[in-house]
Amino acid sequence: MIPLKINKNATQINAEVISNKKVGPYHHMVFAVADMAAHSRPGNFVAISVGGSQSALILRRAFAIYRAIDKGPMGGSIELVVAPHGEGSKWLCARNIGEFVDLIGPLGTAFGIPTTNANTMLIGGGYGSAPLFALAELLKNRGCRVDMVLGASTANKIYAPLEGKRSVSSLTLTTDDGTAGIHGQISEAIPRLIREFGTEVIYSCGPMGMLSAIAKIADEFDLAHQCAVEEAMACGIGVCMTCVVPIKHEDGIKMVRTCIDGPVMDGSEIIWDRKTVLDAL
Amino acid sequence: MSALDFSTKIGSKRFSNPIFTASGCASSGQELSQFFPLSSLGAVVTKSIMTKPRTGRATPRMAETPSGMLNSIGLQGPGIDTFLEKDIPWLIEQQAKIIISIAGETVDEYGVLARRLRALSGISAVEVNISCPNVENRGQVFACHPDTAVAVIESVRRNIGGELPIIAKLSPDVTDIVEIAGAVINAGVDGLALINTLLGMVIDTNSMRPKLAGKTGGLSGPAIRPVAVRAIYQVHQAFPNTPIVGMGGVASGQDAFELILAGASAVSVGTATFGNPNAAMQIKEELSQLLTKNGLNDFRDAIGFAHRGI
Repeated sequence: MIPLKINKNATQINAEVISNKKVGPYHHMVFAVADMAAHSRPGNFVAISVGGSQSALILRRAFAIYRAIDKGPMGGSIELVVAPHGEGSKWLCARNIGEFVDLIGPLGTAFGIPTTNANTMLIGGGYGSAPLFALAELLKNRGCRVDMVLGASTANKIYAPLEGKRSVSSLTLTTDDGTAGIHGQISEAIPRLIREFGTEVIYSCGPMGMLSAIAKIADEFDLAHQCAVEEAMACGIGVCMTCVVPIKHEDGIKMVRTCIDGPVMDGSEIIWDRKTVLDAL
Repeated sequence: MSALDFSTKIGSKRFSNPIFTASGCASSGQELSQFFPLSSLGAVVTKSIMTKPRTGRATPRMAETPSGMLNSIGLQGPGIDTFLEKDIPWLIEQQAKIIISIAGETVDEYGVLARRLRALSGISAVEVNISCPNVENRGQVFACHPDTAVAVIESVRRNIGGELPIIAKLSPDVTDIVEIAGAVINAGVDGLALINTLLGMVIDTNSMRPKLAGKTGGLSGPAIRPVAVRAIYQVHQAFPNTPIVGMGGVASGQDAFELILAGASAVSVGTATFGNPNAAMQIKEELSQLLTKNGLNDFRDAIGFAHRGI
């Protein structure tokens, strides 16, 4: 999954906000990005400047691409699902139609697609479900079975738009508080669903704790597992070395950048146990 | 109106323009080459390299602060062998001017690194990073004491031979930066890099614990720019003939101009690149316009201008 040329296809543009709708606790935002859309693959992300030119927020914010449309009525467009919980994402969610943002993309690795028909399971936590719908469409078009499992702490934090559901063979919801779907943490439901659907490949996106739990299950069932990880990024383009995750390496441990070698990574390569990492350093 | 002479010199080496990257803020250059040709920079200053591959610290390694950020990377890198085998030939191919930054845990390690650069062609200078704050103990911050700073520079000088300019990168976290600067100048450096990050800390009020895995980190960004201007001004006043590569929160041509007026012969762009991969190119363009606007057709006339009497 390591790209041949770092940041290949990435461009920096001023992108016009062409839609901004509140969906539950999230904002669904659409940006006019011209040619950038054609280069975007499920799993890629964009990095956006926030706060305006005089802002004390000096770092970009990274967002997984929810959907990229190559030739729409406004030319190429990219859609994001943004949770307004920090200063930067709140600023972004407050942008009106017609305003422009400084946007770099597409960045990072994309989900790998099986070469033969496979039974796939797509697992998303919270707004981590965002990049999975475009992936579902791609997998379905390749003839794969697509079972989607979405979990969140409570019902309204599950992001599952109507148009996203078209491409899935089944949709299972889980909530920690039992307000929708299966009551409990998403990872608790997964083993039973794997057996039921005959899952062969797992794709996941969400908080690191959830990804770690799914990696363990994938290992037990001996399934391929691609996960889109989330680490705090300063640059998004590979120069700052802050967004690293530890992976297994012949010398013990290697820190790789989630903006360049990720965000989509092989779940079996990542060292999820923090104590193992701290002991090795 | 005559054309702007934008060139600058450090020791025996001439650079086509004074805008450099800052070590640790451009990796080894490949990441930025998608956004602009590296040959249009005055120089690429590579991420400080050590003798052996280094994993660096655990995460979180970063905390954003008002107009700044803390980093705690811990000098992650491939080690000098891989670096010289892969990164340097690639940079030479890009026709970039190269300044190699080196870092060591001991005085001897700096000497070993300098020896590896001895016969290397295609590089323009070596930056001796004796001020990385992300090390196990303050005793390893060689730039905190004149004696240890001098020991490192002498070791590099002895081992590197030849004409390659040596630039010492100093820390602002000292009582008197002029004293440290004077000591390394006496030890034979050709230039100074001012300033490295300031040691800082953020505590997460939700977890009620330090936000960084390494607890402390280096503060960079516009928040530290006045500290950089002060350090450059003081050192240039004391040693006007020693070229200074200025850095610290430069995000615009005006910011770069400020450091140059204080006494910098070149300006490195660091954290601004994290927010904008094209920052160095924009700063270069803005600076050239500012110089022309102020009637400074020779860039060198602007260096240390703020020190001149009215």
